[in-house]
Amino acid sequence: MSNGTAKDQIVLLGLNHRTAPVEIREKLSFAGRDFDPVSLFLELPLVREAFFLSTCNRVEILFVTREPEAAVEGVKEVWARANDLPVSSFEPHLYQFRNREAVKHLFRVASGLDSLVLGEPQILGQLKEAYRRAAERRATGVILNRLLHKTFSVAKRIRSETGIGSHAVSVSYAAVELAKKIFGDLREKSAMLIGAGEMAELAAQHLLAQGVEKLIVANRTLSRAIELAERFRGEAISLEELEDYLLKVDIVISSTGAPHYILTAEQVKRLMRPRKMRPIFFIDIAVPRDIEPAVNEIENVFLYDIDDLKAVVEENLAYRRKEAARAERIIEEEALKFEAWLEQLEVYPTIVALRQKAEAIRRKELEKTLSHLRGKVDEETIEALETLTKSLVNKLLHDPIIYLKNRYHRDGQQVVDFTRKIFNLDGEAPLESLPPEIHLPDEAEEKTKH
Amino acid sequence: MAMNVFFFKLALMVYAVATVGYFVYLYTMKEEAARGAYYVLLVGFGLHTISLVARWLEAGYPPFTNLFEATSFLAWALVLGYLVLDRRFQRQGRVLGAFVTPIATLLMLYSSFCPKDILPLPPVLRSLWLPIHAAISLLSYGFFILAAASGVMYLLQEREIKKKRLGGIFKRLPSLETLDRMNELSLKIGFPLLTLGIITGAVWAEEAWGTYWSWDPKETWSLIMWLVYAALLHERLAVGWRGRKAAWLSIVGFLTWLISFFVVNLFIPGAHTYVEWHG
Repeated sequence: MSNGTAKDQIVLLGLNHRTAPVEIREKLSFAGRDFDPVSLFLELPLVREAFFLSTCNRVEILFVTREPEAAVEGVKEVWARANDLPVSSFEPHLYQFRNREAVKHLFRVASGLDSLVLGEPQILGQLKEAYRRAAERRATGVILNRLLHKTFSVAKRIRSETGIGSHAVSVSYAAVELAKKIFGDLREKSAMLIGAGEMAELAAQHLLAQGVEKLIVANRTLSRAIELAERFRGEAISLEELEDYLLKVDIVISSTGAPHYILTAEQVKRLMRPRKMRPIFFIDIAVPRDIEPAVNEIENVFLYDIDDLKAVVEENLAYRRKEAARAERIIEEEALKFEAWLEQLEVYPTIVALRQKAEAIRRKELEKTLSHLRGKVDEETIEALETLTKSLVNKLLHDPIIYLKNRYHRDGQQVVDFTRKIFNLDGEAPLESLPPEIHLPDEAEEKTKH
Repeated sequence: MAMNVFFFKLALMVYAVATVGYFVYLYTMKEEAARGAYYVLLVGFGLHTISLVARWLEAGYPPFTNLFEATSFLAWALVLGYLVLDRRFQRQGRVLGAFVTPIATLLMLYSSFCPKDILPLPPVLRSLWLPIHAAISLLSYGFFILAAASGVMYLLQEREIKKKRLGGIFKRLPSLETLDRMNELSLKIGFPLLTLGIITGAVWAEEAWGTYWSWDPKETWSLIMWLVYAALLHERLAVGWRGRKAAWLSIVGFLTWLISFFVVNLFIPGAHTYVEWHG
């Protein structure tokens, strides 16, 4: 395996939310440390290129080496030592991928297929940030640069060709998506928060991010309302003013701890005429519910409770899972393409050397000829000679180069070595022709046996 | 084959292709499909325009005199109206295309089965009012079809949201707000055109027969239609009606139009009966 002509190999070592508990992940993440872990791994002589990714759900190291077995051990030790841990404490949680599997894993991570929430888009930004840091330190080289750029474009392709990132998969986003299907543009719309709670505040935040112009906060205790209103730059009101303000707002998120309905269908019905029939969307995430279910039957009024939203999310998740299967096919295809490039990378120096040698010969011989002909020929002839020699060289080299590219992935290094010998790419001087070898009869027989 | 018929048939085929394009978009939601269908529709519209102009030149009188010409012009007006809405609503207008192009194609298909011979123009139609009255009225019908189509889309989308079934229809159709605004805009363009169509018709009738209004079946049905749309527009603007009620009423208006255009024109004798003199 490991000899002078060993190939570059891509290795990925990591742990994620499925393989390791957070207590282990956080110990290995280098969070809050003031040095870049990438330089630490690069200090290992076996590691030729490196990339380090750490998010709240995963810690991964990607590197290029020619001796994977030894390099993996080295990386584990460095990793353990830098965090004052024994290797055995995290080794069982580690996964390891090589070459095509590593490439595929990276593609899957980037497209959100390996995420806690299937298809979530944040990870791509984190990958880009990690790559920016690694590239700044020149930790990545030809292979990882190409691989990461490819990863970004694969993630983009999957996002546009499959529905992996479409349709909300959280309750608060589902509410926002619904609001958009009712109101179209959310700019110039206003929302009201009745009561407080984590999910209600999250939904309010999403609405504001979507451009909702005004937020009104109603609460049983006015001080709490004022506190929330300040946070969201909204207006605080008391519950007594509720009905007046319901005339103005378009979206209502309710999550009070009230034991009974705080809004009945009768109340809402009365509101509609003074509202000039403008639609209103109630999101009731309280348990027990705040708003009478019959409200949904009033014209231009829409009501979704927490169970409705959860059902929407469940349906959307099922859709994403279906799309994930399509994404896997794209990943398979792109990983194969990348592998082909990687192999071609191995033959590339040989092709360059071949071209350079041919070009050097062509120039030398052309100069020689032209110095004899000086004065006897015109510009046009010189140009013709130039074209002639160039096309001779190109035509002669065409087949060997194609042969190299095509056969490399089957016959490997052998083809490269053979080509280098045949064209004497590594020798200084031209080869001398030797007298023919004398074959003894038994030796010849041996050959025919093969 | 006369030039106008040649271009008419070409336009019909291209509209059919655009319809398929919009259906593909409806199914796959691929932007490219919508864009492709849109350009195909534009080409069809261009061919259709050429066919109308050719018809005018070949006949020597404005092409609004028989069922073939009227239906063909109506399809043209519908596509024109759709292109106006598409401009106005951009991406959200695309799905409407999947509802409108099949209607335009069907109208063209229907029209293609009507007799297309160019006959000498009867004296009563030799008036400047013919192109004005007919074109304005037919344009208004185009917008009423658009109002009804967006009304149907509104009702579908509203049903999805109310029933909390957020499947394919929910994902494909635009927002309720957009659909309602499409419906409203179509009405706001269609209604003044219809009013103008009725007024020009009355003026022409006075010129031709000496009376503005004679309760001819077409006139009666046009008045009913006008009342429906007037009520709808009034409720929309004054009371703030929107959404479901407005959508339903624009469908009711569409049904009165269907009667006024197909039943009255074909089967009830009167000044608008197309079958009478060409068949």
